[in-house]
Amino acid sequence: MSGTGHEHEEDHGHHHHKETFITKYIFSQDHKMIAKQYLITGLIMGFIGIAMSLLFRMQLAWPGESFPIFEALLGKWAPDGVMDAEVYLALITIHGTIMVFFVLTAGLSGTFSNLLIPLQIGARDMASGLLNMISYWLFFTSSVIMLLSLFVEAGPASAGWTIYPPLSALPMAQSGSGMGMTLWLVSMAIFIASSLLGSLNYIVTVINLRTKGMSMTRLPLTIWAFFVTAVIGVISFPVLLSAALLLIMDRSFGTSFFLSDIFIQGEVLHYQGGSPVLYEHLFWFLGHPEVYIVLLPALGITSEVMSTNARKPIFGYRAMVASILAIAFLSTIVWGHHMFISGMNPFLGSVFTFTTLLIAIPSAVKAFNYITTLWKGNLQLNPGMLFSIGLVSTFISGGLTGIILGDSTLDINVHDTYFVVAHFHLVMGISALYGLFAGVYHWFPKMFKRMMNKNLGYVHFWVTAVCAYGVFFPMHFVGMAGVPRRYYENTAFPMFDELTDVNVLITVFALIAGLAQLVFLYNFIVSIFYGKKTVQNPWKSNTLEWTAPIEHFHGNWEGEIPHVHRWAYDYSKTYENGEYIISGQDFVPQNIPLQENEEEMHH
Amino acid sequence: MTALLTITVLVLVAIAIWQMTKIFELSQVRADNSQVATDADNKNNGYLLFAFLIFIYGITIFSFWKYTKFLLPEASSAHGADYDYLMLVSFVIIFFVQTITQALLHYFGYKYRGETGKKALFYADNDRLEFIWTIIPVIVLAGLILWGLYTWTNIMDINEEDDPLIVELYAQQFNWTARYGGEDNVLGEASVRMIDIDRANVLGLDEADPNATDDVIVKELHLPVGRKVNFKMRSQDVLHSAYMPHFRAQMNCVPGMITEFSFTPITTTAEMRLNPDVVDKVKRTNKIRAERAANGQDNSDPWEFDYILLCNKICGKSHYNMQMKIIVETQEEYEKWMESQQTFGQTMASMQ
Repeated sequence: MSGTGHEHEEDHGHHHHKETFITKYIFSQDHKMIAKQYLITGLIMGFIGIAMSLLFRMQLAWPGESFPIFEALLGKWAPDGVMDAEVYLALITIHGTIMVFFVLTAGLSGTFSNLLIPLQIGARDMASGLLNMISYWLFFTSSVIMLLSLFVEAGPASAGWTIYPPLSALPMAQSGSGMGMTLWLVSMAIFIASSLLGSLNYIVTVINLRTKGMSMTRLPLTIWAFFVTAVIGVISFPVLLSAALLLIMDRSFGTSFFLSDIFIQGEVLHYQGGSPVLYEHLFWFLGHPEVYIVLLPALGITSEVMSTNARKPIFGYRAMVASILAIAFLSTIVWGHHMFISGMNPFLGSVFTFTTLLIAIPSAVKAFNYITTLWKGNLQLNPGMLFSIGLVSTFISGGLTGIILGDSTLDINVHDTYFVVAHFHLVMGISALYGLFAGVYHWFPKMFKRMMNKNLGYVHFWVTAVCAYGVFFPMHFVGMAGVPRRYYENTAFPMFDELTDVNVLITVFALIAGLAQLVFLYNFIVSIFYGKKTVQNPWKSNTLEWTAPIEHFHGNWEGEIPHVHRWAYDYSKTYENGEYIISGQDFVPQNIPLQENEEEMHH
Repeated sequence: MTALLTITVLVLVAIAIWQMTKIFELSQVRADNSQVATDADNKNNGYLLFAFLIFIYGITIFSFWKYTKFLLPEASSAHGADYDYLMLVSFVIIFFVQTITQALLHYFGYKYRGETGKKALFYADNDRLEFIWTIIPVIVLAGLILWGLYTWTNIMDINEEDDPLIVELYAQQFNWTARYGGEDNVLGEASVRMIDIDRANVLGLDEADPNATDDVIVKELHLPVGRKVNFKMRSQDVLHSAYMPHFRAQMNCVPGMITEFSFTPITTTAEMRLNPDVVDKVKRTNKIRAERAANGQDNSDPWEFDYILLCNKICGKSHYNMQMKIIVETQEEYEKWMESQQTFGQTMASMQ
């Protein structure tokens, strides 16, 4: 799977077991291999998800136009190359599902939690390698099922990624709510099981397997982020599972949890007493924390990458940890802001407005701390660093419009319009993708023992950064002009005629951004095989993963696990006379004991 | 043609990227090949970060300059002015913060770009600074929260004061129906279980309920100007959302439940058609439509401004075309129109 040169048949360190091709590359229990499996599966899913978005962006810019590529890819769903309205909804649904769950949850958190938790806390592997392996293979299974659902006769799920019933519950309401929706639900149920196994493993590992000296307050912020993300996942994913199970019951066994008083296609259905609003509550009880499940790992990665490349400690370590904890806590009590106009009691709307705007405070603190981290640094502008800076930029731009959407009053008129689409794509979609990219560029040498090409990385970043704003900044205006999301075309409303030009602009930016990702893909694949061989600590970083040998083997370190004597951010630390702690280098890895006359930071 | 043009653009961009990489690579021949940023990289990307800041400002100004005219015209409901004002204030705050933070972020990226031998400042903590940027958002947000909640409570306080007009909005795949309470302004009992398509009782009204007899069922929503309207929303199949953007009004329609929204229209359709912004918009739109007509394309009839009710919750294949026209008119015009409508009782009687 990884295709990295040298085999390691010989035994290393403390682990004496023979590895075959299958145990090393397929059913591996080594967290580093599992991380690579997550990453590659996530990238493949990401490729599909982004390709889908380009297809429906083309439809939005040139509604009803015939494109040969539609016919080639969509077949009977695009007769004569004109996209069908139902497959449009299917594409946006599967795009959302894939990007949120398969790319930014499993692909991001799955990859880097697996790779970094054991390496950065100084552990030989996860608490349970077996559970970790099962977690990946469940994720793989759910990915396969999700992709299979694309080939169902009546079409894949097309009720939006939130799959609100009754639309998602009744095959009569839309053709995608038949077999396609069943497979969607099955896939998600398996995905949730995978996520829970993974999260429990991360939590146990962080709590129990830290090396000597690695107190919680010495943990790198990456680990704090992954740890808290796992906790939120364990709290909220089961609720989605229950929603999915109840929906399966409504669909297949005639129960009425979410359905009531329905007359469709000439007949009254038997459902009585259920409430779609209940489903919305259950869905968003996961759905909102999910935003932070996606975002926190990206912020954690940014903290680490930014500090390393700024050659400066992260500013306000304690505040950063406190913010992560505050965001995690608040994220579980803000879900109602997706439902201000769902018909729930308006008083509840007031409560959720209050909690939602509170969450802006820790977010603001994080943004300011990142900016201060750059101040008076010696910034090494590697691709990973640029993506980290880009993340802070989109996090601010996207986060600020949250002040509008989180305010129940203002939400009334922009709810479910393109304003929302622009907001969440910037604040969680683009930001989290930047976090993912920052992580891949930064830890690529750790994963594949080779460096990615930096110049291709620069091209990738700059084209993506320009296009991301080019796509989503004008989109706010489309939303404030009143254009609802999930419209196959806007031609039925003359009042939206003049927005066609904006949509063309957005789509052109999106297509270029899509091309830029091919640069990344090319760089990624070629670098795995032909990239420049890395040195052990290419970024001159302090964290423990760079003390491990370049070569991979189960157990991470030969001989003793390094002990930790300081926090992870002693970059450019000097004695009072201005000399670096270790002369000639501006960083002090965590495993270096305190030097004479050196003051320990009490952060 | 457009497709060809797009493909050409894409091919050119692809070539540009390819060439850019080649240039980058050629310029790196002499440099080391460690794939870690060099001083030259830091310098180039530092300048690019600064250029990117200008790009962000540029696209902001461009969007405001070109797209502000596309935004919804001034609100046509009594609460709409409050809404628009709160929106404006929020935007001022947002752009103030956005301008400053993006400037700091990218300027620092440019200013402190790395150079060999430069020493970064070991600066890990400053309680006072962190206190300041915690407390400022707290105060600003507290203000916004209180203001927002005050407005929200006013908008969502749906009561029977001031003799509101009672109107039911009924949603189904993929159209809207409106029902008025008639003479007594009271809606008759209804349930999907009483729908009788054969007898044209499409909303499932209780034929035995005397309140239902004088109800008026229509496919075009007429509202008298200046009178509060209490909407009761129902849906017969899936979730829909009644979105009336010009009135800053929206509420989901949920099967099995009656949801409510209330507003007072303050501008008639005729007055709105004279609003300068709307006049301009109609002119621009009709220019586009005239071009389409010249090219023999669809959707080319000249357009006249009308208020509109859109569906704004994904509801199936034709979600994108689920709409109803709203006409706000004077009390006299409204009464005249109402008199010309058949009541539910009359419709039922004619079915006998």
